[in-house]
Amino acid sequence: MIYLDHNATTPCDPVVLEEMKKWFTEMFFNPSSIYTASQRAKEAVEDARKKVARLLDASSEEIIFTSGGTESNNIAIIGTALLLKNRGNHIITSLIEHHAVLNVCKFLEKNMGFQVTYLPVDRYGIIDPDDVRKAINEKTMLISIMAANNEIGTIEPIEQIGKIAKENNIVFHCDGVQVAGKIPVSVKKLNVDFFSLSGHKFYGPKGIGALYVRKGVKFKPVFYGGHQEKGLRPGTENVPAMVGLGKACEIAEEKMAQDSSKEKILRDELEKKLVERIPEIIVNGHPEKRLYNTLNICVKYVEGESMLLHLDFEGICVSSGSACTSGSLEPSHVLLALGIPPEVAHGSLRFSLGRSNTMADIEKTADVLPEIVEKLRKMSPFWNKK
Amino acid sequence: MYSEKLLDHFKNPRNMGRIENADGIGKVGNPVCGDVMWIYIKVRDDRIADIKFETFGCGAAVATSSVITELARGKTLEEAEKITNQDVVDVLEGLPPLKKHCSLLAEQGLRAAINDYREKQRAKH
Repeated sequence: MIYLDHNATTPCDPVVLEEMKKWFTEMFFNPSSIYTASQRAKEAVEDARKKVARLLDASSEEIIFTSGGTESNNIAIIGTALLLKNRGNHIITSLIEHHAVLNVCKFLEKNMGFQVTYLPVDRYGIIDPDDVRKAINEKTMLISIMAANNEIGTIEPIEQIGKIAKENNIVFHCDGVQVAGKIPVSVKKLNVDFFSLSGHKFYGPKGIGALYVRKGVKFKPVFYGGHQEKGLRPGTENVPAMVGLGKACEIAEEKMAQDSSKEKILRDELEKKLVERIPEIIVNGHPEKRLYNTLNICVKYVEGESMLLHLDFEGICVSSGSACTSGSLEPSHVLLALGIPPEVAHGSLRFSLGRSNTMADIEKTADVLPEIVEKLRKMSPFWNKK
Repeated sequence: MYSEKLLDHFKNPRNMGRIENADGIGKVGNPVCGDVMWIYIKVRDDRIADIKFETFGCGAAVATSSVITELARGKTLEEAEKITNQDVVDVLEGLPPLKKHCSLLAEQGLRAAINDYREKQRAKH
């Protein structure tokens, strides 16, 4: 099998899994209990927190464990909205955010009287910091912009947007799910107040994530219960998953430089070969300011799912747009925001590489896809009428 | 997600292609929605003597096109008009709920081709 869908999820690193195991079984204790064995569990959680903090250039006290990226985004956005609703009711975000941000904003619009500005992007998917500045009004209390887009890989000017937020005393949340563990992140340099990450996007377990909350930044909890995570995200700690996330962060730090240079070579080769071999395709996303593992293309006159199915028959796993949108009939909201016509957006494929990929994977994919496209174009009324 | 039957029709579509000088062409769907089906028919003695399709769309769109052409081939126009989307779904042993519209598109495509043929006939007389 050739797995080229790492932006959807990654396999849990066996070293991570090994590290997690004993916290399910012999070290199953609740970190909140007071006997010695529980204290070991408590220490394991705090050790994991340190590792997460180090990955982000934050301090341990600034890290809250959550169930993943979606929850981190929900807590940051809803938690800020609840706290600051009397100060203002205007949120700035972008058209290309993940649904775990967009649908939270839509919830606030519908149910809590918030007004949301969805900023456009240029044809590469870049948000203009000037547009952020212009969208600010006296009611603006929150800006939420992603660090890099999951579908096209475009990396946003977070540092500049963060500066604007700071100057205007507006809370800034950044959905960092696609960059954490992939590229170096310093929350200090980025000027962010909140930063979301998810374990399974960088070889950690599923069901665990974290939210960075800058020291001094407040929010109203979304969940209520016990004292865990300072009462900001109560619930008995998922110790094995937290340990796993910590380990994944540690490994990411070690391997990041090597992963990025290797995957970039493979991604660039795949891009080059596909552009050479398939007429009338479009490469989406920014040519340089793009995640090194991501390639998104639109193949004109062919529909994405049919290409995806044929690739699957060959044992190649990719996605069309985003895995989250595969179940819907709408073309990707991200590609539409780039100005791509809907009929072309339907023909999108996303390849996202990871640690296990080899040049042989790239060669096989680049051999197989042109044949698939040719076959499907023969079937397509539009290709035949050209 | 898809049945074996559907995947077979998707992999090996029956009657795929175009008929030059077709007696009737049904063009349905919308590229904006991601599904377009063109059905071509050749009619002899009120019977569908030949039928082909060209489709831009997902796996279900290709498979439903393939099935509708198989169901209609050799039938009289009157019989062919009675083929419904449910007949297509039955052959495919079910369709995911989100893809039901593909079977409707196939039904509409065939009916549009027959209507096109009839209109052309009327115009001749």
